[in-house]
Amino acid sequence: MKQQNQHSIEVVHLKKYYESLLAVDDISFTVNKGEIFGFLGPNGAGKTTTIKMLTGLVKPSDGTATIHGKDIRKEIVEIKKTIGVVTEDSNLYDELSVVDNLRFMGQLYGVPRMEREKKIKELLERLGLEPKKHVKFAKLSKGMKRKVTIAAALIHSPQVVFLDEPTTGLDVLSARTLRAMVKELNAMGVTVFLTTHYIEEAEQLCDHIAILVNGTIKTVDTPANLVVKTKSKNLEEAFIELTGLKEEIMLVEKEGKINHA
Amino acid sequence: MLKEEVKGSLYIALKDLKTYYCKPPNISWGIMFPVVMALAFILRNPTGMKDLVPGLIAMSILFAATSAEAIVIVFERRTKTFERLLLAPLSLQSILFGKIIGGVLFGFLISSIFLIGSVVFFEIPVSNIIFLLVSLVLSAFVFSVFGTLVSVYVKEIFDAMTLANFFRFPMIFLCGVFIPVSSLPSFLQPVAYVFPLTYSVDLIRFFVTGTYDVVHPLIGACILVIYSVILFYLSVFILKKRIEQ
Repeated sequence: MKQQNQHSIEVVHLKKYYESLLAVDDISFTVNKGEIFGFLGPNGAGKTTTIKMLTGLVKPSDGTATIHGKDIRKEIVEIKKTIGVVTEDSNLYDELSVVDNLRFMGQLYGVPRMEREKKIKELLERLGLEPKKHVKFAKLSKGMKRKVTIAAALIHSPQVVFLDEPTTGLDVLSARTLRAMVKELNAMGVTVFLTTHYIEEAEQLCDHIAILVNGTIKTVDTPANLVVKTKSKNLEEAFIELTGLKEEIMLVEKEGKINHA
Repeated sequence: MLKEEVKGSLYIALKDLKTYYCKPPNISWGIMFPVVMALAFILRNPTGMKDLVPGLIAMSILFAATSAEAIVIVFERRTKTFERLLLAPLSLQSILFGKIIGGVLFGFLISSIFLIGSVVFFEIPVSNIIFLLVSLVLSAFVFSVFGTLVSVYVKEIFDAMTLANFFRFPMIFLCGVFIPVSSLPSFLQPVAYVFPLTYSVDLIRFFVTGTYDVVHPLIGACILVIYSVILFYLSVFILKKRIEQ
């Protein structure tokens, strides 16, 4: 009997150049089906570029990746039907209301009308957006916009969800609601690929974490193993150790003390 | 598969009509400008409307189909909403086609209003309404694709208007809208043959006056189709390059 592939995402020697700038340098890793996979790294490490390659927004310069066995180079349209993407920006249409934005997204993904309306109702209720459903996207608060963007990514019930810094700029309550939702999604069997700058968030949510520095993967492991491996007190310290930010942080702290004195 | 792509394109077109086509820049450039130009010529020569109507209708399509089309994609790339379309399970061709259809529908609608107004108020005869409507659609298509090409080529909205007008204004005076191409100085006539508006005016003229000035209507229609296909694939090519940057 053929063994079923347990990997949701397989990245093989993926590379991306922007002209002469190497943004992602030969990365390989796997994401198991149904797990929450954290993709961490400092600014400019290549996290967003990797997500853009996996979701078909940019073409890799070299290497490839598969999502549920489908090649991003050959079957990207098929892949797009099964993935949901929340980009860094809340990028829906300002002129359309919340419900019209969700309806349009459902139409783009070919969700049948009855199912679409049911899903919209369900998402509006779950994310507390029901009272705002007829409000134009432009009039919403940052947190609300984020929620609608997440709802738009879930309208077609994807099997894999890419979340690029979903809680950045959100208040504590909104961030907590979103984290709870990520857990809920994961409990439903959805694979979540998450980038975040909040180490605590990654520690709470992720089954595995990849640390990306200057376009290369430093390590991939469970949060607990990362702490043990680096002999750190917590994941934040482990992250600092692995990303080589220790010296920079010490320098900043030293400057801070001098200025304070 | 094809059905999904076509449906996706139509949803994009409908969304664009709802979102962009009743906005001030579109009303001023797409509707007001051709109306004011038409009025200026009607006041000057109220009896020469039969000769003027084909050009005015073609001009109304040019401005209606390009006014929003030339800025929509560059605007959406700036607001990152275009990224949302790129994430949808549609080919780049279908996304662009959807954008173009929005311009075609608006261009066709506005030119139809001009046509109805010409028939009702100036008793302009129409020799073959079906072929005339086909001519309007072909013209709307080529101008909408032209607008799309401008929109994918530029990086700023301001540049889009500048570039669109760089072509639109010379076209008004060179392509037979007010002066027949055959009456232009001989050194300007080859320039007129380069612009699609020339064939659009000529085609519409044939189904209004029964005569043509530049080429046989069948050849004119083929030229508009060829222009549309070339400009469409050029837009796809440029957009692919832009996305990669």
